[in-house]
Amino acid sequence: MIFAAILAGGIGSRMGNADMPKQFLMLGEKPVLIHTIEKFAIIDELEKIIVLTPKSFLKHTKDLIYKYLKDNDKIVVIEGGATRNDTILNSINYIKENFEIDDDSIILTHDAVRPFVTYKIIQDNILAAKEFGACDTLIPATDTIVKSKDGIAISSIPIRSECYQGQTPQSFKINKLYSLINKLSDEEKAILTDAAKIFVLKDEKVVLVDGEATNIKITYPYDLKLANTILEGSKND
Amino acid sequence: MINVIYRLTAPKMFEEVYSEIDINKDVIVRPTYLSICKADQRYYQGTRSTEVLDSKLPMALIHEGISKIVKDNTGTFEVGDNVVMIPNTPTEDDKIIKANYLPSSKFRGSGFDGYTCDLITLKSDRLIKIPDSFNLMLSSFIELISVTYQAICSFENISISRKNRIGVWGDGAVGYLTALLLTYMYPDSEICVFGKHFENLNMFSFVDNVYKTNKVPDRLTVDHAFECVGSQASQSAINQIIDIINPQGSIMLLGVSEYPVPINTRLVLEKGLTLTGISRSEREDFEGVINLINDNQSIFKYLEKLVADVIDVSSVDDLKSAFDKDSINGFGKTVLKWNK
Repeated sequence: MIFAAILAGGIGSRMGNADMPKQFLMLGEKPVLIHTIEKFAIIDELEKIIVLTPKSFLKHTKDLIYKYLKDNDKIVVIEGGATRNDTILNSINYIKENFEIDDDSIILTHDAVRPFVTYKIIQDNILAAKEFGACDTLIPATDTIVKSKDGIAISSIPIRSECYQGQTPQSFKINKLYSLINKLSDEEKAILTDAAKIFVLKDEKVVLVDGEATNIKITYPYDLKLANTILEGSKND
Repeated sequence: MINVIYRLTAPKMFEEVYSEIDINKDVIVRPTYLSICKADQRYYQGTRSTEVLDSKLPMALIHEGISKIVKDNTGTFEVGDNVVMIPNTPTEDDKIIKANYLPSSKFRGSGFDGYTCDLITLKSDRLIKIPDSFNLMLSSFIELISVTYQAICSFENISISRKNRIGVWGDGAVGYLTALLLTYMYPDSEICVFGKHFENLNMFSFVDNVYKTNKVPDRLTVDHAFECVGSQASQSAINQIIDIINPQGSIMLLGVSEYPVPINTRLVLEKGLTLTGISRSEREDFEGVINLINDNQSIFKYLEKLVADVIDVSSVDDLKSAFDKDSINGFGKTVLKWNK
């Protein structure tokens, strides 16, 4: 079985003074989140699309889905967690409570604020997770990545050709991900910024899936402006 | 849903654009195998007139290809079905004139977006399921074959019954497919091909005779002819046909020329010839081709020879390089394995 978890748990503290979390802001004529869910709604292989959202926005999210998505039987809205990994854990718990999954069952985890993900990226994730157990969507780094431990001076500069920028989806075999999360120490949990790192920390292989430069994450007000410009661009042609 | 379209914005320049599609309407497909047509190449190279380029670009190219069903809101297909896409898109119903000749019809890759997209939305009647036994890569030629099929069906309707010898002028892909279909659809007729390039003519192993256009035997005549030459060479080809063809013969014109072509109308009148223009095709032509190939799977053996190159396209640079390689192909067609 294949599941998708749309991670809309964040409250968007970097999104200027907007009252709404960024995933609920309008991109063209629909909220960002709806654009993102639509990308997964057309994937027939998916058993369920689990949308994880802040508790205070549960009803709002359900209303939006009801309003914009005609075929919404496959979509379920549940509460996200305090951290990204808690949110993913909530989705796994939901799956385990409601479905009989086996060791080959996979989950695609995707940022709600990446509405430009393509059909091909999603399909490549499904193929890679099925074959290798874990995959991460990436693009080669175009800027030099610099490491600074104290935020004052450079501590090292990794070789750029070995550096990539992480995107989503990140996809995994569910049972494997679940067992690795449960093995994490508190120190390890404290440094986790993304799910692929759970595998890397435990010396498990995560293969690369080609992302797209346009699979942007709408984090700052500028990103939303850019996203609206990209979408408007085709109308002017 | 946000969809990605790869459009030609100016000669040799592709750009990604994003536009919305309604996921609850019609049929959504994912392109799998596409093939480049001469018409696409003329846009890419910028050899159409500036007025035409200005009015048609930006536009996604390619109108020959097959795809896989992603979501069908009409209940016609199963998800995962392989389908051939019909580029002609009628906007009105006309009981007399075929939809591929109606000026109101839209055509993909000529005035509105072709197939170089992440996903495509089409009406269900613009898609036909491909039999499981078909070679998918070669099925990307079905659109082009359907044009020659349409030519042969029109020919059958208008031509006189004597069809002892049928000539095909042109040793490129269209000439190849026309001659190939004629051998299956008129097994009792002698099929001859007339061309300029001996190495190309050598590929026509299935016909009765091939002739270089400058070495045609003096007394040779044909009852009917298919002109598949196009461009500046149209003039000499059509006039040679008019010279050689028997009275009341039919000349089917398939070659596209950017320029007006002067022809010997005195002989056309004297011989009572019929000249018929052929362009594009409609659903019944696609169905005819699929049935013909289904009944004669040996056709695939001959279609294999038409593949000049298969290029995996997973970036805009790959798409560009596919067009660049195609432009220097001597014979055959370039197939794109669509992975973008």
